[in-house]
Amino acid sequence: MAGIPHDHYEPKTSGERWLHKRLPIVGLLYDTIMIPTPKNLNWMWIWGIILTFCLALQIVTGIILAMHYTPHVDKAFASVEHIMRNVNGGYMLRYLHANGASLFFFAVYLHIFRGLYYGSYKAPREITWIVGMIIYLLMMGTAFMGYVLPWGQMSFWGATVITGLFGAIPGIGEPIQTWLLGGPAVDNATLNRFFSLHYLLPFVIAALVAVHIWAFHTTGNNNPTGVEVRRGSKEEAERDTVPFWPYFVIKDLFALAVILTLFFAVVGFMPNYLGHPDNYIEANPLATPAHIVPEWYFLPFYAILRAFTADVWVVIAANWLSFGIIDAKFFGVLAMFGAIAVMALAPWLDTSSVRSGRYRPMFKWWFALLVIDFVVLMWCGAMPADEPYATISLIASAYWFAYFLVILPLLGVIEKPLAQPATIEEDFNAHYGSKAHPAE
Amino acid sequence: MFRNIALIAASALTLTAGGVFAAGGEGHIEDVAFAHEGPFGKFDQFQLQRGLQVYTEVCSGCHGLKFVPIRTLSDEGGPGLPEDQVRAYATQFTVTDKETGEDREGLPTDNFPANTGAGAPDLSLMAKSRAGFHGPYGTGINQLFRGMGGPEYIYSILTGYTGEEKEEFGSYFYENTAFPSGWIAMAPPLSDDQVTYADGHRATVHHMAEDVASFLMWAAEPKLMDRKSAGFVSVLFLVLLSTLLYLTNKRLWAGIKGKKTA
Repeated sequence: MAGIPHDHYEPKTSGERWLHKRLPIVGLLYDTIMIPTPKNLNWMWIWGIILTFCLALQIVTGIILAMHYTPHVDKAFASVEHIMRNVNGGYMLRYLHANGASLFFFAVYLHIFRGLYYGSYKAPREITWIVGMIIYLLMMGTAFMGYVLPWGQMSFWGATVITGLFGAIPGIGEPIQTWLLGGPAVDNATLNRFFSLHYLLPFVIAALVAVHIWAFHTTGNNNPTGVEVRRGSKEEAERDTVPFWPYFVIKDLFALAVILTLFFAVVGFMPNYLGHPDNYIEANPLATPAHIVPEWYFLPFYAILRAFTADVWVVIAANWLSFGIIDAKFFGVLAMFGAIAVMALAPWLDTSSVRSGRYRPMFKWWFALLVIDFVVLMWCGAMPADEPYATISLIASAYWFAYFLVILPLLGVIEKPLAQPATIEEDFNAHYGSKAHPAE
Repeated sequence: MFRNIALIAASALTLTAGGVFAAGGEGHIEDVAFAHEGPFGKFDQFQLQRGLQVYTEVCSGCHGLKFVPIRTLSDEGGPGLPEDQVRAYATQFTVTDKETGEDREGLPTDNFPANTGAGAPDLSLMAKSRAGFHGPYGTGINQLFRGMGGPEYIYSILTGYTGEEKEEFGSYFYENTAFPSGWIAMAPPLSDDQVTYADGHRATVHHMAEDVASFLMWAAEPKLMDRKSAGFVSVLFLVLLSTLLYLTNKRLWAGIKGKKTA
């Protein structure tokens, strides 16, 4: 590892040396927890810890819920009520798990937008970014399948709409959809495989989180200046960094405690605020709800999915150029997955040599617009697919793609970046005065 | 810069999430100040008992309550009936025993019976499966501070009849200002003094509607009071933990930031 120079673990007792020769696990943990971390990290660097906590919370509550849940179309809804009424603390487990998903996505969006603003995706951190995007995709899949399990009206109809997207693939779509569902429609086979996968995927995510951490521990953390830690010598590196333990562990734990205060207020006082009332009605394949709305964290991409209707010129052009293979429905599906794909390609689309948005005067405004765009898309996704929401969705979707495909590549060429600090130490001292010095 | 963007985004998100449901209901929902609302709200035990009486004497004619175990009527944070009363209450139902397959008298361990005879929906979760009042201005802020709003929906349905009725394809529909389509298949179920409360409480339609709406909120969320007190204790301890970690963090970084340690 060409990491930042720092002290390594030295086994001191004979017992430690015995273990270290056979399995250097203590050394691995030591290097992980003592990693030199840029000392100027701000409060947007707390979300990683929050996310790790969320994953653990979801796995622990989820495993216990699975002990009491029955994945069968006739029993699933009743077994959730059994958890809410008869299982000791069951209501708390379920509300923690349901709202835990919301906290998970809230944190992941802030984490992603932090990366986009401070250029954390740029070389040499592309692998960290790509692995993160895969984790995000798996999170979406896991959350979607988890929402189906209570077998309420939104569970059933949400599953019907979303799996229907695969049916939009030309030619092979319908066989694929049938294969995914285990039958011609959402039914017991679907519920069973979704339960199985909902249990499996979090562990895949956990493994990828380890890879994600491994990757950025290799390159070192990005930081608000985007300037790299000096690596000439250990002394030089120590002027830019502090060890992760205890400085960032305590800082992150403080942030986690604050976030958890808010989280427990939601769970304790308004646990159904982010859910949909229709999901307290047992699934009924014969009665379609008036509005089928996904959970709030899917709304931006749901809006992109619906934005490209058959009367939009891009859709007409795509239809004509592909000899009718790409229709509006398939175009919407491509757009939805494309929206995430362009984000994943950001490391190669951003041509600017400056990493942090702090020193990019034009980029700042385009980025702010992207954040607003995301919120607008979320709002549109919650609204019915009529005017004026259809037009707003289309404009907002277009901006999402324009930001990644046009603005990011162009800005690197036309923008004049501001002067960056030479070192992290310089930035840190500018905040806290030149009296700042390492504690050691 | 980033902090401002993050703050704006966070507040916008909150409002958007509330707006999700604003699109749903078209009927007019009356806001009612129920005892169980707000972070410290508690069910009024005697109101729940009156609501149970309205449910038993009126609603249960057509509706079921299939997810609610009868024994929970004696739970704390619920109607809190004495156990002998619950046992006596259960005997009015005839239950097909799961093991013997024979009909017998109901026991507290049985659930309230399901009732789908008249095509009426089960009421176990009615108070959570309707969005109810979203105000003010569809922001959902009411939900934020006062709960789901489902009991408001139930109250509004029960008091929302205008007295008009119409016949369509042999079925009767009754005009109701709270029902989304304006015409509901349920005939007005309540009339003044339809039940006689043992505690001498007045039994106007308005009172009975409030009582039964409150009872159905308990039926849908029997652990509401447990949940709120668990939430309160959690928040209290987490505030304490946050304060301690804040001070620890401040002290820890003081050396690095070149500040004096106290």
